[in-house]
Amino acid sequence: MLEIRFHGRGGQGTVIATVMLAKAFFKVGYQVQSFPVFGVERRGAPVEAYIRADKKDIFIRTNVYTPDHVVVQDRTLLQSIDATRGLKQGGWILINSPEPPSDLRPFAGFKLAFIDANAIALNHQLGARTQPIVNTSMIGAFARLFKTPHMTAVAEAIREEVPVEAEANIGAAEDAYNEVQLVGMIEGKNVS
Amino acid sequence: MKKVLEGSHAVAEAVRLSRVTVISAYPITPQTHIIEYLSDYVADGTLKASFLKVESEHSAIASLVGAASCGVRTFTSSSSQGLALMHEILHWTSGARLPIVMAEVNRALAPGWNIWADQLDSLSQRDTGWIQLYCEHGQEVLDTVFLAYRLAEAVSLPVMVIMDAFFLSHTYEPVDVPEQELVDRFLPAFKPKFQVDADNLVALSPLVTPNFYMEMRHNMAKAMEESILQLAEIEEDFSNIFGRYYGPIEPFLCDDAEIIMVTSGTVTGTSRQVIQELREKGEKVGLLKIKLFRPFPSEIIRKALGPAKKIAIIDRNFSFGAGGIFAQEVRAAMCNLSDCPQIFGYIAGLGGRDVTTDLLEDIYWRTKKSEVLSEESIWMGLQEENHAVERS
Repeated sequence: MLEIRFHGRGGQGTVIATVMLAKAFFKVGYQVQSFPVFGVERRGAPVEAYIRADKKDIFIRTNVYTPDHVVVQDRTLLQSIDATRGLKQGGWILINSPEPPSDLRPFAGFKLAFIDANAIALNHQLGARTQPIVNTSMIGAFARLFKTPHMTAVAEAIREEVPVEAEANIGAAEDAYNEVQLVGMIEGKNVS
Repeated sequence: MKKVLEGSHAVAEAVRLSRVTVISAYPITPQTHIIEYLSDYVADGTLKASFLKVESEHSAIASLVGAASCGVRTFTSSSSQGLALMHEILHWTSGARLPIVMAEVNRALAPGWNIWADQLDSLSQRDTGWIQLYCEHGQEVLDTVFLAYRLAEAVSLPVMVIMDAFFLSHTYEPVDVPEQELVDRFLPAFKPKFQVDADNLVALSPLVTPNFYMEMRHNMAKAMEESILQLAEIEEDFSNIFGRYYGPIEPFLCDDAEIIMVTSGTVTGTSRQVIQELREKGEKVGLLKIKLFRPFPSEIIRKALGPAKKIAIIDRNFSFGAGGIFAQEVRAAMCNLSDCPQIFGYIAGLGGRDVTTDLLEDIYWRTKKSEVLSEESIWMGLQEENHAVERS
Protein backbone atom coordinates (compact mmCIF):
# COMPACT_ATOMS: atom_id res chain seq x y z
CA MET A 1 0.00 0.00 0.00
CA LEU A 2 1.16 3.48 -0.91
CA GLU A 3 0.65 6.24 1.69
CA ILE A 4 1.18 9.90 0.82
CA ARG A 5 0.98 12.97 3.03
CA PHE A 6 0.25 16.46 1.72
CA HIS A 7 1.18 19.59 3.65
CA GLY A 8 -0.37 22.93 2.80
CA ARG A 9 -2.08 25.94 4.26
CA GLY A 10 -5.82 26.50 4.64
CA GLY A 11 -7.12 27.97 1.37
CA GLN A 12 -4.48 26.35 -0.88
CA GLY A 13 -6.70 23.48 -1.96
CA THR A 14 -4.66 20.85 -0.13
CA VAL A 15 -7.66 18.62 0.56
CA ILE A 16 -8.88 18.97 -3.03
CA ALA A 17 -5.36 18.02 -4.24
CA THR A 18 -5.58 14.72 -2.39
CA VAL A 19 -9.12 14.10 -3.65
CA MET A 20 -8.05 14.70 -7.27
CA LEU A 21 -5.01 12.50 -6.88
CA ALA A 22 -7.09 9.76 -5.24
CA LYS A 23 -9.55 9.91 -8.13
CA ALA A 24 -6.67 9.67 -10.61
CA PHE A 25 -5.30 6.59 -8.78
CA PHE A 26 -8.79 5.05 -8.85
CA LYS A 27 -9.01 5.62 -12.61
CA VAL A 28 -5.86 3.54 -13.15
CA GLY A 29 -7.15 0.61 -11.11
CA TYR A 30 -6.27 1.36 -7.50
CA GLN A 31 -8.42 1.19 -4.37
CA VAL A 32 -8.08 4.57 -2.69
CA GLN A 33 -8.78 6.50 0.46
CA SER A 34 -8.20 10.19 0.99
CA PHE A 35 -8.99 12.30 4.00
CA PRO A 36 -7.87 15.46 5.77
CA VAL A 37 -6.70 15.93 9.32
CA PHE A 38 -9.32 18.28 10.61
CA GLY A 39 -8.32 20.89 13.08
CA VAL A 40 -8.95 24.57 13.06
CA GLU A 41 -10.26 25.42 9.62
CA ARG A 42 -8.57 28.78 9.08
CA ARG A 43 -7.12 30.33 5.97
CA GLY A 44 -3.34 30.15 6.23
CA ALA A 45 -3.21 27.57 9.02
CA PRO A 46 -1.15 24.42 8.36
CA VAL A 47 -3.29 21.64 6.86
CA GLU A 48 -2.49 17.96 6.38
CA ALA A 49 -4.25 15.50 4.14
CA TYR A 50 -3.55 11.90 3.22
CA ILE A 51 -3.96 9.44 0.39
CA ARG A 52 -3.82 5.68 0.54
CA ALA A 53 -3.69 3.69 -2.71
CA ASP A 54 -3.45 -0.06 -3.08
CA LYS A 55 -4.25 -2.77 -5.62
CA LYS A 56 -6.01 -4.62 -2.78
CA ASP A 57 -8.96 -3.48 -0.65
CA ILE A 58 -8.04 -0.94 2.01
CA PHE A 59 -9.42 -1.67 5.47
CA ILE A 60 -7.32 0.52 7.72
CA ARG A 61 -8.90 3.82 8.89
CA THR A 62 -6.29 5.62 10.88
CA ASN A 63 -4.15 8.66 10.20
CA VAL A 64 -1.02 8.08 8.12
CA TYR A 65 2.09 7.93 10.34
CA THR A 66 4.81 6.58 8.05
CA PRO A 67 4.13 7.98 4.56
CA ASP A 68 6.00 6.66 1.53
CA HIS A 69 6.14 10.17 0.07
CA VAL A 70 5.41 13.74 1.13
CA VAL A 71 4.19 16.75 -0.87
CA VAL A 72 4.70 20.27 0.49
CA GLN A 73 2.50 22.88 -1.20
CA ASP A 74 4.05 25.84 0.63
CA ARG A 75 7.79 26.00 1.32
CA THR A 76 7.32 28.47 4.20
CA LEU A 77 5.85 25.52 6.09
CA LEU A 78 9.31 23.94 6.19
CA GLN A 79 10.26 26.48 8.89
CA SER A 80 7.42 25.50 11.19
CA ILE A 81 6.74 21.80 10.62
CA ASP A 82 8.86 18.68 10.28
CA ALA A 83 7.87 17.71 6.75
CA THR A 84 9.87 14.47 6.90
CA ARG A 85 8.14 13.24 10.10
CA GLY A 86 7.69 9.50 9.74
CA LEU A 87 8.70 9.59 6.06
CA LYS A 88 10.08 6.23 4.99
CA GLN A 89 13.81 6.16 4.16
CA GLY A 90 14.31 6.76 0.46
CA GLY A 91 10.86 8.34 0.08
CA TRP A 92 10.34 11.38 -2.12
CA ILE A 93 9.63 14.84 -0.78
CA LEU A 94 8.18 17.13 -3.43
CA ILE A 95 8.31 20.83 -2.56
CA ASN A 96 6.67 23.84 -4.18
CA SER A 97 9.72 26.06 -4.55
CA PRO A 98 11.66 27.80 -7.35
CA GLU A 99 14.91 26.34 -6.02
CA PRO A 100 16.08 23.53 -3.74
CA PRO A 101 16.22 24.40 -0.02
CA SER A 102 19.56 26.04 0.88
CA ASP A 103 20.07 23.60 3.75
CA LEU A 104 19.70 20.06 2.50
CA ARG A 105 20.70 18.37 5.75
CA PRO A 106 17.12 17.83 7.01
CA PHE A 107 16.43 15.85 3.82
CA ALA A 108 19.35 13.43 4.04
CA GLY A 109 18.21 9.89 3.39
CA PHE A 110 15.24 11.06 1.30
CA LYS A 111 14.81 11.95 -2.36
CA LEU A 112 14.10 15.57 -3.17
CA ALA A 113 12.16 17.16 -6.03
CA PHE A 114 10.94 20.72 -6.44
CA ILE A 115 8.67 22.65 -8.76
CA ASP A 116 7.88 26.37 -8.95
CA ALA A 117 4.13 25.83 -8.72
CA ASN A 118 3.49 29.47 -7.75
CA ALA A 119 4.94 30.71 -11.03
CA ILE A 120 3.07 28.07 -13.06
CA ALA A 121 -0.24 28.86 -11.34
CA LEU A 122 0.19 32.58 -12.01
CA ASN A 123 1.08 31.90 -15.66
CA HIS A 124 -2.26 30.18 -15.95
CA GLN A 125 -4.00 32.92 -13.96
CA LEU A 126 -4.97 30.57 -11.16
CA GLY A 127 -5.46 32.53 -7.95
CA ALA A 128 -3.78 35.79 -7.03
CA ARG A 129 -0.10 36.69 -6.63
CA THR A 130 -0.49 36.58 -2.85
CA GLN A 131 -2.39 33.33 -3.07
CA PRO A 132 -1.73 31.29 -6.18
CA ILE A 133 -3.78 28.08 -6.55
CA VAL A 134 -0.99 25.52 -6.72
CA ASN A 135 -2.74 22.22 -6.06
CA THR A 136 -3.18 21.15 -9.69
CA SER A 137 0.47 21.96 -10.46
CA MET A 138 1.57 19.85 -7.51
CA ILE A 139 -0.35 16.78 -8.65
CA GLY A 140 0.97 17.28 -12.21
CA ALA A 141 4.51 17.18 -10.80
CA PHE A 142 3.52 14.13 -8.76
CA ALA A 143 2.43 12.31 -11.94
CA ARG A 144 5.85 12.94 -13.52
CA LEU A 145 7.65 11.77 -10.40
CA PHE A 146 5.84 8.47 -9.99
CA LYS A 147 4.44 7.74 -13.48
CA THR A 148 1.35 6.45 -11.63
CA PRO A 149 -1.26 7.80 -11.99
CA HIS A 150 -0.42 8.92 -15.51
CA MET A 151 -1.06 12.46 -16.69
CA THR A 152 -4.23 11.53 -18.62
CA ALA A 153 -5.86 10.22 -15.43
CA VAL A 154 -4.74 13.32 -13.52
CA ALA A 155 -6.25 15.57 -16.21
CA GLU A 156 -9.55 13.66 -16.08
CA ALA A 157 -9.65 13.94 -12.29
CA ILE A 158 -9.00 17.69 -12.49
CA ARG A 159 -11.79 18.08 -15.01
CA GLU A 160 -14.23 16.31 -12.67
CA GLU A 161 -13.22 18.12 -9.53
CA VAL A 162 -12.71 21.67 -10.86
CA PRO A 163 -15.15 22.09 -13.76
CA VAL A 164 -14.61 25.87 -13.66
CA GLU A 165 -11.26 26.74 -15.26
CA ALA A 166 -10.55 23.08 -15.86
CA GLU A 167 -8.36 23.74 -18.91
CA ALA A 168 -6.19 26.32 -17.10
CA ASN A 169 -5.73 23.84 -14.25
CA ILE A 170 -4.88 20.98 -16.60
CA GLY A 171 -2.43 23.32 -18.41
CA ALA A 172 -0.78 24.08 -15.07
CA ALA A 173 -0.56 20.37 -14.21
CA GLU A 174 1.04 19.64 -17.59
CA ASP A 175 3.58 22.44 -17.21
CA ALA A 176 4.47 21.15 -13.75
CA TYR A 177 4.77 17.64 -15.19
CA ASN A 178 7.33 18.94 -17.70
CA GLU A 179 9.21 21.28 -15.41
CA VAL A 180 9.57 19.42 -12.11
CA GLN A 181 13.22 19.21 -11.04
CA LEU A 182 14.34 15.87 -9.65
CA VAL A 183 17.29 16.37 -7.32
CA GLY A 184 17.14 12.75 -6.18
CA MET A 185 18.72 11.13 -3.15
CA ILE A 186 20.21 13.52 -0.60
CA GLU A 187 23.32 11.90 0.83
CA GLY A 188 24.69 12.56 4.27
CA LYS A 189 23.62 12.22 7.85
CA ASN A 190 20.12 13.29 8.75
CA VAL A 191 20.24 16.05 11.34
CA SER A 192 16.54 16.92 11.52
CA MET B 1 -21.31 3.09 -11.10
CA LYS B 2 -18.30 3.22 -8.79
CA LYS B 3 -17.17 6.74 -7.92
CA VAL B 4 -14.73 8.14 -5.42
CA LEU B 5 -17.08 9.84 -2.95
CA GLU B 6 -16.90 11.44 0.46
CA GLY B 7 -18.85 9.51 3.13
CA SER B 8 -21.21 12.47 3.55
CA HIS B 9 -21.79 12.52 -0.19
CA ALA B 10 -22.62 8.80 -0.15
CA VAL B 11 -25.39 9.56 2.37
CA ALA B 12 -26.74 12.39 0.19
CA GLU B 13 -26.72 10.15 -2.89
CA ALA B 14 -28.68 7.50 -1.01
CA VAL B 15 -31.24 10.05 0.22
CA ARG B 16 -31.66 11.35 -3.34
CA LEU B 17 -32.14 7.81 -4.68
CA SER B 18 -34.63 7.05 -1.88
CA ARG B 19 -36.91 9.77 -3.31
CA VAL B 20 -37.29 11.53 0.02
CA THR B 21 -40.01 14.18 -0.03
CA VAL B 22 -39.21 16.35 3.01
CA ILE B 23 -35.78 17.14 4.47
CA SER B 24 -35.39 19.26 7.58
CA ALA B 25 -32.02 19.81 9.21
CA TYR B 26 -29.79 22.27 10.98
CA PRO B 27 -26.06 22.33 10.21
CA ILE B 28 -23.44 21.12 12.69
CA THR B 29 -19.88 19.94 11.99
CA PRO B 30 -19.22 17.13 10.96
CA GLN B 31 -22.73 16.56 9.57
CA THR B 32 -22.85 19.75 7.48
CA HIS B 33 -21.61 18.28 4.18
CA ILE B 34 -24.54 15.86 4.11
CA ILE B 35 -27.14 18.59 4.14
CA GLU B 36 -25.06 20.86 1.87
CA TYR B 37 -25.13 18.22 -0.85
CA LEU B 38 -28.86 17.69 -0.29
CA SER B 39 -29.74 21.37 -0.36
CA ASP B 40 -27.86 21.60 -3.68
CA TYR B 41 -29.90 18.68 -5.05
CA VAL B 42 -33.15 20.30 -3.94
CA ALA B 43 -32.10 23.74 -5.27
CA ASP B 44 -31.15 22.47 -8.73
CA GLY B 45 -34.15 20.15 -9.01
CA THR B 46 -32.14 16.90 -8.96
CA LEU B 47 -34.25 15.90 -5.95
CA LYS B 48 -37.89 16.92 -5.90
CA ALA B 49 -38.26 17.56 -2.20
CA SER B 50 -38.92 20.34 0.27
CA PHE B 51 -35.88 21.39 2.27
CA LEU B 52 -37.07 23.06 5.47
CA LYS B 53 -34.67 25.61 6.89
CA VAL B 54 -35.22 25.66 10.62
CA GLU B 55 -33.71 27.51 13.56
CA SER B 56 -32.61 24.49 15.61
CA GLU B 57 -32.27 20.72 15.64
CA HIS B 58 -35.30 20.52 17.92
CA SER B 59 -37.36 22.21 15.19
CA ALA B 60 -35.74 20.05 12.50
CA ILE B 61 -37.01 16.83 14.01
CA ALA B 62 -40.31 18.38 15.21
CA SER B 63 -41.10 19.57 11.68
CA LEU B 64 -40.43 16.06 10.37
CA VAL B 65 -42.88 14.66 12.92
CA GLY B 66 -45.46 16.84 11.17
CA ALA B 67 -44.33 15.89 7.67
CA ALA B 68 -44.12 12.15 8.42
CA SER B 69 -47.58 12.26 10.04
CA CYS B 70 -48.85 13.41 6.63
CA GLY B 71 -47.52 10.18 5.15
CA VAL B 72 -44.38 11.21 3.26
CA ARG B 73 -40.79 9.94 3.31
CA THR B 74 -38.57 12.21 5.42
CA PHE B 75 -34.89 12.68 6.28
CA THR B 76 -32.79 14.58 8.76
CA SER B 77 -29.19 14.50 9.89
CA SER B 78 -27.40 15.68 12.98
CA SER B 79 -24.52 15.18 15.35
CA SER B 80 -23.46 15.62 18.98
CA GLN B 81 -25.00 18.70 20.64
CA GLY B 82 -27.53 18.89 17.81
CA LEU B 83 -28.72 15.35 18.45
CA ALA B 84 -28.85 16.05 22.17
CA LEU B 85 -31.13 19.01 21.51
CA MET B 86 -33.48 16.69 19.58
CA HIS B 87 -33.79 14.34 22.55
CA GLU B 88 -37.39 15.15 23.56
CA ILE B 89 -38.70 14.75 20.03
CA LEU B 90 -36.72 11.55 19.45
CA HIS B 91 -39.00 9.89 22.02
CA TRP B 92 -42.00 11.47 20.34
CA THR B 93 -40.99 10.18 16.89
CA SER B 94 -40.81 6.55 17.96
CA GLY B 95 -43.89 6.79 20.20
CA ALA B 96 -45.86 8.24 17.29
CA ARG B 97 -44.49 5.31 15.21
CA LEU B 98 -43.10 7.56 12.47
CA PRO B 99 -40.58 5.99 10.06
CA ILE B 100 -38.16 8.94 9.95
CA VAL B 101 -34.58 8.17 8.91
CA MET B 102 -31.65 10.17 10.28
CA ALA B 103 -27.96 10.10 9.40
CA GLU B 104 -26.14 10.61 12.67
CA VAL B 105 -22.47 11.53 12.54
CA ASN B 106 -20.80 10.38 15.75
CA ARG B 107 -19.13 13.36 17.39
CA ALA B 108 -18.03 13.98 20.98
CA LEU B 109 -20.13 15.97 23.42
CA ALA B 110 -18.80 19.14 25.03
CA PRO B 111 -17.09 20.39 27.06
CA GLY B 112 -14.20 20.16 26.08
CA TRP B 113 -15.45 21.40 22.78
CA ASN B 114 -14.55 18.68 20.31
CA ILE B 115 -15.78 18.00 16.79
CA TRP B 116 -14.22 14.56 16.41
CA ALA B 117 -15.44 10.96 16.49
CA ASP B 118 -17.03 9.58 19.66
CA GLN B 119 -20.13 7.42 20.01
CA LEU B 120 -21.60 8.87 23.19
CA ASP B 121 -23.97 11.20 21.28
CA SER B 122 -25.95 8.40 19.60
CA LEU B 123 -25.56 5.95 22.47
CA SER B 124 -27.06 8.54 24.85
CA GLN B 125 -30.23 8.14 22.73
CA ARG B 126 -30.34 4.37 23.05
CA ASP B 127 -33.59 4.36 25.04
CA THR B 128 -35.52 6.67 22.71
CA GLY B 129 -37.01 3.81 20.68
CA TRP B 130 -34.96 4.47 17.52
CA ILE B 131 -33.38 1.58 15.65
CA GLN B 132 -29.61 2.18 15.49
CA LEU B 133 -27.28 0.92 12.74
CA TYR B 134 -23.52 1.61 13.01
CA CYS B 135 -21.61 1.71 9.70
CA GLU B 136 -18.02 0.91 8.80
CA HIS B 137 -17.38 2.45 5.34
CA GLY B 138 -18.86 4.65 2.63
CA GLN B 139 -20.55 1.84 0.71
CA GLU B 140 -22.18 0.56 3.86
CA VAL B 141 -23.49 4.02 4.71
CA LEU B 142 -25.07 4.40 1.28
CA ASP B 143 -26.60 0.92 1.33
CA THR B 144 -27.79 1.27 4.92
CA VAL B 145 -29.88 4.35 4.08
CA PHE B 146 -31.91 2.16 1.68
CA LEU B 147 -32.17 -0.62 4.28
CA ALA B 148 -33.19 1.96 6.88
CA TYR B 149 -36.17 3.22 4.88
CA ARG B 150 -37.40 -0.29 4.16
CA LEU B 151 -37.03 -1.26 7.80
CA ALA B 152 -38.50 1.93 9.27
CA GLU B 153 -41.55 1.70 7.02
CA ALA B 154 -42.01 -2.04 7.69
CA VAL B 155 -42.08 -1.76 11.49
CA SER B 156 -43.19 1.89 11.88
CA LEU B 157 -40.17 2.95 13.91
CA PRO B 158 -37.52 5.59 13.18
CA VAL B 159 -33.97 4.57 12.22
CA MET B 160 -30.58 6.20 12.82
CA VAL B 161 -27.83 5.43 10.30
CA ILE B 162 -24.68 6.13 12.27
CA MET B 163 -21.19 6.98 11.02
CA ASP B 164 -17.95 8.14 12.65
CA ALA B 165 -16.97 11.79 12.27
CA PHE B 166 -14.19 12.36 9.71
CA PHE B 167 -12.92 8.76 9.61
CA LEU B 168 -16.08 8.09 7.61
CA SER B 169 -17.98 11.36 7.06
CA HIS B 170 -15.02 13.15 5.46
CA THR B 171 -13.17 10.21 3.90
CA TYR B 172 -13.21 9.76 0.12
CA GLU B 173 -13.29 6.19 -1.14
CA PRO B 174 -14.79 4.23 -4.04
CA VAL B 175 -18.55 3.77 -3.61
CA ASP B 176 -20.94 2.07 -6.01
CA VAL B 177 -23.86 4.42 -6.58
CA PRO B 178 -26.69 2.31 -8.01
CA GLU B 179 -29.08 3.28 -10.80
CA GLN B 180 -32.40 4.81 -9.77
CA GLU B 181 -34.30 1.93 -11.35
CA LEU B 182 -32.56 -0.64 -9.11
CA VAL B 183 -33.24 1.44 -6.00
CA ASP B 184 -36.89 1.82 -7.01
CA ARG B 185 -37.16 -1.94 -7.30
CA PHE B 186 -35.78 -2.40 -3.78
CA LEU B 187 -37.49 0.61 -2.20
CA PRO B 188 -40.95 1.30 -3.61
CA ALA B 189 -42.89 4.48 -2.77
CA PHE B 190 -43.83 4.84 0.89
CA LYS B 191 -47.32 3.59 1.70
CA PRO B 192 -48.17 5.03 5.13
CA LYS B 193 -50.15 2.85 7.54
CA PHE B 194 -51.87 5.99 8.85
CA GLN B 195 -51.70 9.67 7.99
CA VAL B 196 -53.31 13.05 8.51
CA ASP B 197 -56.16 13.10 6.02
CA ALA B 198 -58.72 15.91 5.75
CA ASP B 199 -61.39 13.48 4.54
CA ASN B 200 -60.88 10.90 7.27
CA LEU B 201 -60.19 12.77 10.46
CA VAL B 202 -58.24 11.02 13.19
CA ALA B 203 -56.69 12.27 16.41
CA LEU B 204 -52.95 11.59 16.55
CA SER B 205 -50.97 11.34 19.77
CA PRO B 206 -53.80 12.21 22.21
CA LEU B 207 -53.85 11.71 25.98
CA VAL B 208 -53.40 8.01 26.77
CA THR B 209 -54.55 6.83 30.17
CA PRO B 210 -52.91 4.08 32.27
CA ASN B 211 -55.49 1.73 30.77
CA PHE B 212 -53.82 1.87 27.37
CA TYR B 213 -50.30 3.23 27.77
CA MET B 214 -48.71 -0.11 28.60
CA GLU B 215 -50.26 -1.77 25.58
CA MET B 216 -48.94 1.00 23.34
CA ARG B 217 -45.46 0.52 24.78
CA HIS B 218 -45.75 -3.24 24.45
CA ASN B 219 -46.66 -2.83 20.79
CA MET B 220 -43.53 -0.74 20.32
CA ALA B 221 -41.46 -3.38 22.07
CA LYS B 222 -42.87 -6.02 19.73
CA ALA B 223 -42.13 -3.85 16.68
CA MET B 224 -38.56 -3.44 17.91
CA GLU B 225 -38.16 -7.18 18.35
CA GLU B 226 -39.76 -7.85 14.99
CA SER B 227 -37.29 -5.52 13.30
CA ILE B 228 -34.52 -8.13 13.71
CA LEU B 229 -36.49 -10.60 11.58
CA GLN B 230 -37.61 -7.88 9.20
CA LEU B 231 -34.05 -6.69 8.69
CA ALA B 232 -32.97 -10.24 7.79
CA GLU B 233 -35.67 -10.45 5.11
CA ILE B 234 -34.97 -6.96 3.81
CA GLU B 235 -31.25 -7.69 3.60
CA GLU B 236 -31.91 -10.87 1.66
CA ASP B 237 -33.93 -8.86 -0.81
CA PHE B 238 -31.17 -6.26 -0.92
CA SER B 239 -28.44 -8.77 -1.62
CA ASN B 240 -30.51 -10.35 -4.42
CA ILE B 241 -30.71 -6.98 -6.15
CA PHE B 242 -27.35 -5.40 -5.28
CA GLY B 243 -25.13 -8.37 -4.44
CA ARG B 244 -24.04 -6.94 -1.09
CA TYR B 245 -24.87 -8.14 2.42
CA TYR B 246 -23.94 -6.81 5.88
CA GLY B 247 -26.06 -8.48 8.57
CA PRO B 248 -26.92 -7.19 12.06
CA ILE B 249 -23.54 -8.50 13.19
CA GLU B 250 -20.62 -9.82 11.16
CA PRO B 251 -18.26 -12.45 12.54
CA PHE B 252 -14.87 -12.25 10.81
CA LEU B 253 -12.40 -15.16 11.20
CA CYS B 254 -14.28 -16.30 14.32
CA ASP B 255 -14.60 -20.03 13.58
CA ASP B 256 -11.77 -21.37 15.74
CA ALA B 257 -11.04 -18.10 17.53
CA GLU B 258 -10.05 -18.28 21.20
CA ILE B 259 -10.14 -14.50 21.54
CA ILE B 260 -12.74 -12.39 19.75
CA MET B 261 -12.46 -8.63 19.52
CA VAL B 262 -15.77 -6.77 19.34
CA THR B 263 -16.00 -3.48 17.44
CA SER B 264 -18.41 -1.07 15.80
CA GLY B 265 -17.98 1.78 13.32
CA THR B 266 -14.71 2.52 11.54
CA VAL B 267 -12.56 0.82 14.20
CA THR B 268 -13.85 -2.37 12.58
CA GLY B 269 -11.95 -1.72 9.34
CA THR B 270 -8.63 -1.16 11.08
CA SER B 271 -9.30 -4.22 13.26
CA ARG B 272 -9.81 -6.39 10.16
CA GLN B 273 -6.27 -5.57 9.09
CA VAL B 274 -4.84 -6.16 12.57
CA ILE B 275 -6.62 -9.48 12.96
CA GLN B 276 -5.45 -10.73 9.57
CA GLU B 277 -1.88 -9.88 10.55
CA LEU B 278 -2.26 -11.66 13.91
CA ARG B 279 -3.72 -14.69 12.13
CA GLU B 280 -0.65 -14.78 9.88
CA LYS B 281 1.44 -15.02 13.05
CA GLY B 282 -0.65 -18.01 14.14
CA GLU B 283 -2.85 -16.26 16.74
CA LYS B 284 -6.34 -17.69 17.10
CA VAL B 285 -8.18 -14.38 17.01
CA GLY B 286 -11.44 -13.25 15.42
CA LEU B 287 -13.53 -10.12 15.11
CA LEU B 288 -17.20 -9.47 15.71
CA LYS B 289 -18.60 -6.32 14.19
CA ILE B 290 -21.83 -5.13 15.77
CA LYS B 291 -23.88 -3.09 13.32
CA LEU B 292 -27.36 -3.31 14.85
CA PHE B 293 -27.26 -1.81 18.35
CA ARG B 294 -31.00 -1.20 18.80
CA PRO B 295 -32.64 -3.63 18.97
CA PHE B 296 -29.63 -5.39 20.48
CA PRO B 297 -29.35 -8.77 18.72
CA SER B 298 -28.46 -10.67 21.91
CA GLU B 299 -29.26 -14.15 20.67
CA ILE B 300 -26.99 -14.09 17.61
CA ILE B 301 -24.27 -12.31 19.56
CA ARG B 302 -24.39 -15.08 22.19
CA LYS B 303 -24.01 -17.68 19.46
CA ALA B 304 -21.12 -15.84 17.83
CA LEU B 305 -19.20 -15.15 21.03
CA GLY B 306 -20.14 -18.18 23.13
CA PRO B 307 -17.42 -20.54 21.84
CA ALA B 308 -14.55 -18.09 22.52
CA LYS B 309 -12.43 -18.13 25.69
CA LYS B 310 -12.02 -14.37 25.96
CA ILE B 311 -13.81 -11.38 24.52
CA ALA B 312 -12.23 -7.93 24.10
CA ILE B 313 -14.79 -5.18 23.54
CA ILE B 314 -13.59 -1.85 22.19
CA ASP B 315 -15.80 1.12 23.08
CA ARG B 316 -15.35 4.58 21.58
CA ASN B 317 -17.71 5.88 24.26
CA PHE B 318 -18.03 5.84 28.03
CA SER B 319 -21.04 5.82 30.33
CA PHE B 320 -19.86 7.51 33.52
CA GLY B 321 -20.19 5.30 36.53
CA ALA B 322 -20.84 2.22 34.40
CA GLY B 323 -18.32 1.65 31.58
CA GLY B 324 -18.16 1.17 27.84
CA ILE B 325 -21.70 0.86 26.50
CA PHE B 326 -21.16 -1.94 23.98
CA ALA B 327 -19.38 -3.85 26.77
CA GLN B 328 -22.37 -3.46 29.10
CA GLU B 329 -24.75 -4.71 26.45
CA VAL B 330 -22.59 -7.67 25.46
CA ARG B 331 -22.11 -8.65 29.13
CA ALA B 332 -25.87 -8.53 29.65
CA ALA B 333 -26.40 -10.71 26.57
CA MET B 334 -23.81 -13.26 27.73
CA CYS B 335 -24.52 -13.44 31.47
CA ASN B 336 -26.84 -16.43 31.44
CA LEU B 337 -24.50 -18.67 29.46
CA SER B 338 -23.31 -21.50 31.70
CA ASP B 339 -19.80 -21.33 30.26
CA CYS B 340 -19.47 -17.61 29.64
CA PRO B 341 -16.19 -16.38 28.12
CA GLN B 342 -14.17 -13.82 30.08
CA ILE B 343 -15.18 -10.36 28.93
CA PHE B 344 -12.76 -7.42 28.91
CA GLY B 345 -13.91 -3.86 28.21
CA TYR B 346 -11.51 -1.38 26.60
CA ILE B 347 -12.06 2.35 26.14
CA ALA B 348 -10.29 3.85 23.13
CA GLY B 349 -10.49 6.70 20.65
CA LEU B 350 -12.66 9.13 22.63
CA GLY B 351 -12.98 12.60 21.10
CA GLY B 352 -11.44 11.45 17.83
CA ARG B 353 -8.17 10.10 19.21
CA ASP B 354 -6.82 7.71 16.61
CA VAL B 355 -7.40 4.00 17.24
CA THR B 356 -4.22 2.77 15.60
CA THR B 357 -3.13 -0.69 14.54
CA ASP B 358 -0.57 -0.68 17.39
CA LEU B 359 -3.27 0.13 19.93
CA LEU B 360 -5.53 -2.64 18.66
CA GLU B 361 -2.66 -5.13 18.74
CA ASP B 362 -1.91 -4.01 22.27
CA ILE B 363 -5.52 -4.73 23.24
CA TYR B 364 -5.22 -8.23 21.80
CA TRP B 365 -1.99 -9.07 23.67
CA ARG B 366 -3.26 -7.62 26.96
CA THR B 367 -6.39 -9.73 26.66
CA LYS B 368 -4.39 -12.84 25.83
CA LYS B 369 -1.99 -12.34 28.76
CA SER B 370 -4.60 -11.33 31.37
CA GLU B 371 -5.08 -14.11 33.87
CA VAL B 372 -7.42 -12.28 36.21
CA LEU B 373 -10.67 -10.94 34.86
CA SER B 374 -11.19 -7.27 35.58
CA GLU B 375 -14.66 -5.84 35.29
CA GLU B 376 -13.30 -2.31 35.25
CA SER B 377 -12.93 -0.56 31.92
CA ILE B 378 -9.37 -0.46 30.65
CA TRP B 379 -8.59 3.00 29.23
CA MET B 380 -6.14 2.69 26.37
CA GLY B 381 -3.48 5.20 25.42
CA LEU B 382 -3.95 7.71 28.25
CA GLN B 383 -1.16 10.26 28.48
CA GLU B 384 0.14 9.69 31.98
CA GLU B 385 1.39 13.26 32.53
CA ASN B 386 -1.91 15.00 31.78
CA HIS B 387 -3.76 12.37 33.69
CA ALA B 388 -1.58 12.85 36.77
CA VAL B 389 -2.39 16.57 36.91
CA GLU B 390 -6.10 15.82 36.95
CA ARG B 391 -5.72 13.25 39.71
CA SER B 392 -3.52 15.33 42.02
